[in-house]
Amino acid sequence: MNRAIRIAILLLVSALVASACGGASSGGAKPAITIGSTNFSEQLVLGELYSQILESNGYAVTRKFNLGNREIVFPALQSGQIDMEADYLATLLAFVDKTATGSTDPKATATTLQGALTPKGVTVLDYAPAVDQNGFVVTKATADKYKLAKLSDVAAVGNQLVLGGPAECPNREFCALGLKNKYGITFKEFKALDTGGALTVQALVGGQIDVGLLFTSDATIAVRGFVLLADDKQLQLSDNVAPVVRNDYLTKAGDDFKKIVNSIAPKLTTAELTGMNKLVEVDKKDPKDVAKEWLKKQGLIK
Amino acid sequence: MNLLGDVARWFTDPAHYQGTDAVQTRILEHLAVSGLAVLVGLLVALPLGLYLGHTGRFAFVAVNIANIGRAIPSLAAIALAIPIAGTLLGVQNGLGFWPTFLALIPLAVPPILTNAYVAVRGVDRDVIEAARGMGVGELGILRRIELPLALPLVLAGIRTAAVNVIATATLGALVAFGGLGRYIVDGLALQEYDRLFAGALLVALLAIAVEVALSTFERAAVSPGIRVQRGAL
Repeated sequence: MNRAIRIAILLLVSALVASACGGASSGGAKPAITIGSTNFSEQLVLGELYSQILESNGYAVTRKFNLGNREIVFPALQSGQIDMEADYLATLLAFVDKTATGSTDPKATATTLQGALTPKGVTVLDYAPAVDQNGFVVTKATADKYKLAKLSDVAAVGNQLVLGGPAECPNREFCALGLKNKYGITFKEFKALDTGGALTVQALVGGQIDVGLLFTSDATIAVRGFVLLADDKQLQLSDNVAPVVRNDYLTKAGDDFKKIVNSIAPKLTTAELTGMNKLVEVDKKDPKDVAKEWLKKQGLIK
Repeated sequence: MNLLGDVARWFTDPAHYQGTDAVQTRILEHLAVSGLAVLVGLLVALPLGLYLGHTGRFAFVAVNIANIGRAIPSLAAIALAIPIAGTLLGVQNGLGFWPTFLALIPLAVPPILTNAYVAVRGVDRDVIEAARGMGVGELGILRRIELPLALPLVLAGIRTAAVNVIATATLGALVAFGGLGRYIVDGLALQEYDRLFAGALLVALLAIAVEVALSTFERAAVSPGIRVQRGAL
């Protein structure tokens, strides 16, 4: 195990050195970048968006997608194994600072987040209007049976229902922990599945779970006819999509890099993001092609 | 090492012995799915192995087909078992126990089949010819001569299958099954290395315990005559 990790690190370092050398010989102003992502399909789309816009501007990009959950990806960003990833304002804030209180205002959340990220040597760039929050969904049948429309309806019947979501859900403020603290919902059982992916959808359809964690920008919810329970006590805060970059890369790359990355933010709305997710998840298109078409359509790349 | 202290604390925390994620529940789930997979593997592989060993026909083909079970990565087998279980048993059984169980069977078959075949083949031909000369029927030869002489090796195959299956049943946690793999998968997701380590330790202990239990059974079941003979050799 230890040896495997050491070899992996060695390979990574040599790859970084090799790519860094390549970057230097071609001018030095555009340092090679490694972009990472967590483990659900929207993250692959976002990773591709940033990778491709940078590539079309002459940056050499190494993709390290699908690394795992935030518990894996954020330390990788801090330690320099990746230089950049796309994250979500409020969820990242809760992750880096357990005591911080996010808000429903993205601007305030971004400011608080930057305050928490500065000591860690990381900068959050412009956030997009696109929001992707944790959404709790039930099947139409479950919604009718227990008369569920909003999350506060669940409190009374929670002890009869099984919640399904990623393994880290019971410890997350925006997941089971917050449902308990804010809504007073205690579920009969929690089943660890995947992060808003195919297992969760299948478990909902198959009835192994009653309530599933999916993302609000997930087109599967509408396609499958699931009922998204309204977050009436506002447990989910402003989870706008925002790229985060390690400071030492940012200093190396300069303002040109910042400008390129930030050009995505104004165009990326929730509807646009959900549309891209649908193409990947429902229509089974390659995230690479979906990202390329979107960037072209928005006039961000040629 | 701080980790060892954390693991010890993990084991002494009473919270880990309550609810659906309790240690004893996870052990039982793990044993149930492993036990059933080995049992089905036994029902498939043992009669086939004995038959092949007795007749010596089709053995090459059968043993090689069974060995495919060893070659398929268990991770792929378990992922493939999701749609298979869903199609065969309905969408409500497409996750959890059934895909785990189905994926473990091909892992249980090869050691049992190969060992049974080799063990029966290896029985001294002279003894069998003598029995045949004394008028013992084919089934009698298998039951009264080949099986008792082959038993140590047959049981060794079952033991190998059981240990393989117990170690691999941890993958069930990836398809929403419980079992001890839960601690490993969840421990990794939560970066709680005490939980992860405790899970791995429990799997290893369970495998050793089953191995010891089967060895004890083997000592009781094998004829003392062969044991003396093996000792003399």
